[in-house]
Amino acid sequence: MIIQTFGITKRYKNITAVNRVDLSIEEGEIFGLLGPNGAGKTTLLSMLTTLLPPTEGTAKVNGYDVRKEPGKVRESIGMVFQTPSSDEILTGRENLYLHALMYGVAKEERKRRIGKALELVDLTDRANDLVKTYSGGMRRRLELARGLLHEPKILFLDEPTLGLDPQTRQHIWEYIGRLSEEQGVTIIVTTHYMEEADSLCDRVAIIDHGEIKALDSPSILKMKVGKSMIRAKVEHPKLEYIKGLPYVTKADYKDGIVTIILNEGGAHIQEVLLNLGEVSFVELREPTLNDVFLQITGKEIREEPADDVAEIYARADS
Amino acid sequence: MSDLWGIYALWYREVKVFLREKSRLVSSTVNPLIWMVAFGGGLGASISVGEAGYQAFIFPGVLMLVVLFTTIFFGLYVVWDKKIDFFKEVLVSPMSRASIFVGKMLGGCTDGFIQSGIIILFGPLFGITYTAYSLGAVVLFVILLAMGTTSLGLAIGSQMTSFEGVGLVQSFLIMPLFFLSGALYPIDNLPGWLSWVTYANPLTYIVDGMRGALLDLNSFPMAIDLGVAAVYVAVLVAVGTYAFKKMS
Ligand SMILES: Nc1ncnc2c1ncn2[C@@H]1O[C@H](COP(=O)(O)OP(=O)(O)OP(=O)(O)O)[C@@H](O)[C@H]1O
Ligand SMILES: [Mg+2]
Repeated sequence: MIIQTFGITKRYKNITAVNRVDLSIEEGEIFGLLGPNGAGKTTLLSMLTTLLPPTEGTAKVNGYDVRKEPGKVRESIGMVFQTPSSDEILTGRENLYLHALMYGVAKEERKRRIGKALELVDLTDRANDLVKTYSGGMRRRLELARGLLHEPKILFLDEPTLGLDPQTRQHIWEYIGRLSEEQGVTIIVTTHYMEEADSLCDRVAIIDHGEIKALDSPSILKMKVGKSMIRAKVEHPKLEYIKGLPYVTKADYKDGIVTIILNEGGAHIQEVLLNLGEVSFVELREPTLNDVFLQITGKEIREEPADDVAEIYARADS
Repeated sequence: MSDLWGIYALWYREVKVFLREKSRLVSSTVNPLIWMVAFGGGLGASISVGEAGYQAFIFPGVLMLVVLFTTIFFGLYVVWDKKIDFFKEVLVSPMSRASIFVGKMLGGCTDGFIQSGIIILFGPLFGITYTAYSLGAVVLFVILLAMGTTSLGLAIGSQMTSFEGVGLVQSFLIMPLFFLSGALYPIDNLPGWLSWVTYANPLTYIVDGMRGALLDLNSFPMAIDLGVAAVYVAVLVAVGTYAFKKMS
């Protein structure tokens, strides 16, 4: 276990941001943390990276206790923050250079790694411009490059792809996947992009109100929801009858949409439809992580963040 | 020991930022020169403080003012650092808090030193003549003052949560420290309470040391001036390091 938490808790005046969380993360894993706004993801990461002291409980990161040996913990980790943390008054290259110095990257290695990191996030052309002149997405990319620069054993990424265009997101996730595969880096990532979590994370934890509500591999989590799913727009479904069918595990009706979880949807869709009445729209599909999330938290995870990245960065400036 | 590179990184950042903000550099050079000309020239016409003249007399005081302002505001600036989250990136690095403090402190110290260096260059215009000894001594006092005051600013800044306190620090700390240090008047014939406050002010000894070296006008023996300056630095560096360890 490279990370293990023991009832780790953070309380603020009138809110418990993280509530007695116990979890273990194995070396080399890509571990996803999914949760709605305010669920406690950032707070949990801050405690694991020694930036916030826990109110109760503790955690071991790379074998070191975050309370007793914060210095040792910090030597083992890298962190990409959710909020902007690059230095505006310096150029992109200078930001990376300072990071390399602070993290003790060997002198011979610095130049090569900085060049490589810049290339990865497509910032080579702008490397010598002040960060002040970057767009929000460019800053984000720079911060990501920085987090990878010292090749840490454990990498914490708080919304690494928030606000980036799909192409860059793809790029970044590919690299994250490669880091874990080739170098065995353990990666803990929070994200709002469900498909990304689904295809890349070995395991995901769904966190809400500071508590872990579910934790498993994406495929098992989806399986728990059911093998297939029918969603249909309908006026008056015979809900009780449908629930009684032997192959149906669950049926809900909300806002004019009925959601039915069942086995072998393809084989049974005829019978289900017959009993639904007048249907104006229907889909049959495998459950996604989004459905899992919806079922557990009762909330849709926002696909696109309510306030986009440019705004977050603007706020940091004021 | 790898922290040495980190200390260098923080220092490098501060000096880069300082040199990049040219307008700040210019205004903080022009202001003290205006002091020298208007205050020193105007008031000096009616004050006699010995053969060197009033402008030369307050020159060490204005030098101190420059260092004081540059470094204390540099230190208080960590409040801002904490806000923009850049500092988080430093805090999450393997560097110890003590090293982070030292890096910052040296950065502020260098800013103050560069700033005062420019003023020192103007010295001869105001009746100052340098010898190797006097220049060396002034530089030494400037460095000690800068180290101590940067530490003071960092200590306060690290415990503040917003910029609101800055005005208070200026009114209740910097101004009294400056005006009650003998920077602008001789301290030999002060009324009772004022002389006590002045004697208790460490900056009094630093100005006295510089003035002694430049103009041979000591109120205290040089050894005492230097001793007080050294204690000033030692205490404030210790306080600053402690404050950084407690900072959240
Ligand atoms: N310094 C603080 N003082 C008081 N409450 C705080 C503080 N920091 C965070 N909180 C609260 O703790 C809860 C968890 O916040 P946290 O930032 O960890 O959420 P998150 O899951 O990262 O959300 P998001 O998806 O918006 O980033 C929120 O309700 C937040 O308001
Ligand atoms: Mg967050």
